[in-house]
Amino acid sequence: MTEKPAIKVEKLVKRFGANTVLSGIDLVVPRGQVTCLIGPSGSGKSTLLRCIAFLEEANEGLIEINGEPLGFTSGEYGERNRLPAAQIQKVRSHIGMVFQQFNLWPHMTALGNVAEALVTVRGMPRKAAEERAMAQLSNVGLSARAGHYPSELSGGQQQRVAIARALALDPDIMLFDEPTSSLDPELTGEVLNVMRELAQSGMTMLVVTHEIGFAASVGSKIVFLDHGEKIVEGRPDEVFGKPRHERIDQFLDTYLDRGAATLL
Amino acid sequence: MTFDLDLIISFLPDILRALGVTILLWIVGSALGILVGFVIAVLRRYGPRGLDLALLAPVELIRGTPFLVQIFLLYYGGPFIGLSLDSVTAGLVGLTIYGAAYYSELWRSGFNAIPRGHIEAAQCVGLNRRQTLKRIILPEMTMLLLPSMVNMTILMLKETAILSIISVPELTLAVSALGTKYYAFVEGFAILALVYWALVEACSAMGRYAERRLSKYRFAAT
Repeated sequence: MTEKPAIKVEKLVKRFGANTVLSGIDLVVPRGQVTCLIGPSGSGKSTLLRCIAFLEEANEGLIEINGEPLGFTSGEYGERNRLPAAQIQKVRSHIGMVFQQFNLWPHMTALGNVAEALVTVRGMPRKAAEERAMAQLSNVGLSARAGHYPSELSGGQQQRVAIARALALDPDIMLFDEPTSSLDPELTGEVLNVMRELAQSGMTMLVVTHEIGFAASVGSKIVFLDHGEKIVEGRPDEVFGKPRHERIDQFLDTYLDRGAATLL
Repeated sequence: MTFDLDLIISFLPDILRALGVTILLWIVGSALGILVGFVIAVLRRYGPRGLDLALLAPVELIRGTPFLVQIFLLYYGGPFIGLSLDSVTAGLVGLTIYGAAYYSELWRSGFNAIPRGHIEAAQCVGLNRRQTLKRIILPEMTMLLLPSMVNMTILMLKETAILSIISVPELTLAVSALGTKYYAFVEGFAILALVYWALVEACSAMGRYAERRLSKYRFAAT
C-alpha cells in the first residue's frame, strides 16, 4: 500500500447539465506531501476536490484512495460499477474535509462538534470522545474555547474547530476547499499556521487555495487548473519560476498585485 | 342590561370543564398535527416523486378551504362514506388534519433553510442519513422554526372554537350556550376573549423563553 499514491484520479469528467466542469482530469497526490490546486474561479478545482470527497459523483473516470476505488470500479468492458454504500463509507473514512464556510453545526459547542462523529459514528462513550475531542482542540490552540458555540467564535476559530473535527476521526488524507477564502486577512494567518503544522507532521493534504504564498512555501506540488483541464503541474519553483507558462503569468497578474507575484 | 359576572361565576365548574376540553383538544391536536406534518414533509422530501405530488394535493386542499367547512364535511359528511365519528373524535381528527397541512409546510421550509454545507459536513464525518436527520437537521430546524411553530400553534387554539359548530363540548360552545339561555352574550364572550387571550399569551411566553434559551445556537456568521 505504501507505494500506492494517497489519491489517484483518472480521466475524471464531471458535468452539471450541459456544462462540463471537469474534462478528463488525471491527478496523483503523493503520500505525506501537500498538493495545492490553484486556478481561476470556475476552473473546476473545488469540483475536483468535492468529487474526491464524494460530495459530487463524477460522470466518468475513476478515483482511488490508498489504492482502493472510491464509489465506482471499472468493469470488464470499461463500464463503471457503483460500489455498495458500506464500501464507499469505508474508503471515505480515510478522508477528512474542511470547507470554505466552516460548516460547524450551530447547536453544538466546539467540543460537541468535534466529538459528534466519535460518538455517533464510531460508537465511543461520550466521555472518551470528549477527551479525544479536547486533545484535538488543544492541538489547534482552542482548548479554552471548547465550551463555546460557533456563533461565539471568530471565523478563524470556527475554521480551526472544523479542522479539529476532521482530524478527530484520524484520517490519513485531508482535503481543504478554500479554507481561508471567507476569512479576513488577519484571521487567515492562524488557519494557515495550523495547516502548516499539519503539513510538517506528515499529513497528506490536498488544498484548493487562492493563497499563492502558502501554496509556494508549503506545497510540494502545484496543480494549475483552468476550464476543467490541468494546464501545469510541478514543484512550486517549476510552476511559478521563470520561464513560466503563459496562463500562470496571466493568473498571477490578475490574482495578485504584481509585487506579490514577483516575490516568487 | 347589566354586566352579570355572578352568572359566569355560578357556572364556573361547567366553564372550567369546557376549558379543559379546549386545552386538551388544542394540545393533542397540535402535537399530532406537528407529528403528522413532519411525516408528510419527510415523505415529500425523501420519498419518490409520485408521493410528493400525491401529498401535495391534500395539503393544498386543506390549506385552501376554511376549517369550518372541513369540520362540517367531516362530521356531517363522514357517515355517507362510512365514517361516523363522535363530535370530540371528529374534532380531534379535523384539527390534526388541518394542523398537519400547515405544519408540514413549516417543516418543509425548515428542510430548505438548513445550509447544504452542514449536511455535507455530517456526510464527510460518516453520519448516515438517519443520524444526520436526528443529530443535525432536526435540532437545527427546531431552532429555525420555533417562532413560526409557536405562531401556528396559537392559530390552532383559536380554531378549536370552530368545533362548537359540531357540538364539541368545548369552551366556546359552553359559553355561547349560557349566552343563549340567559341572554348573557356580552359577559360570556368578554370572558371568552380574555381566556383565549390568556392562553395565547402563555403559549407565546413559553415560545419566547425557548427562543431565549436557544439563542446561543443561532447560526454563526461566516
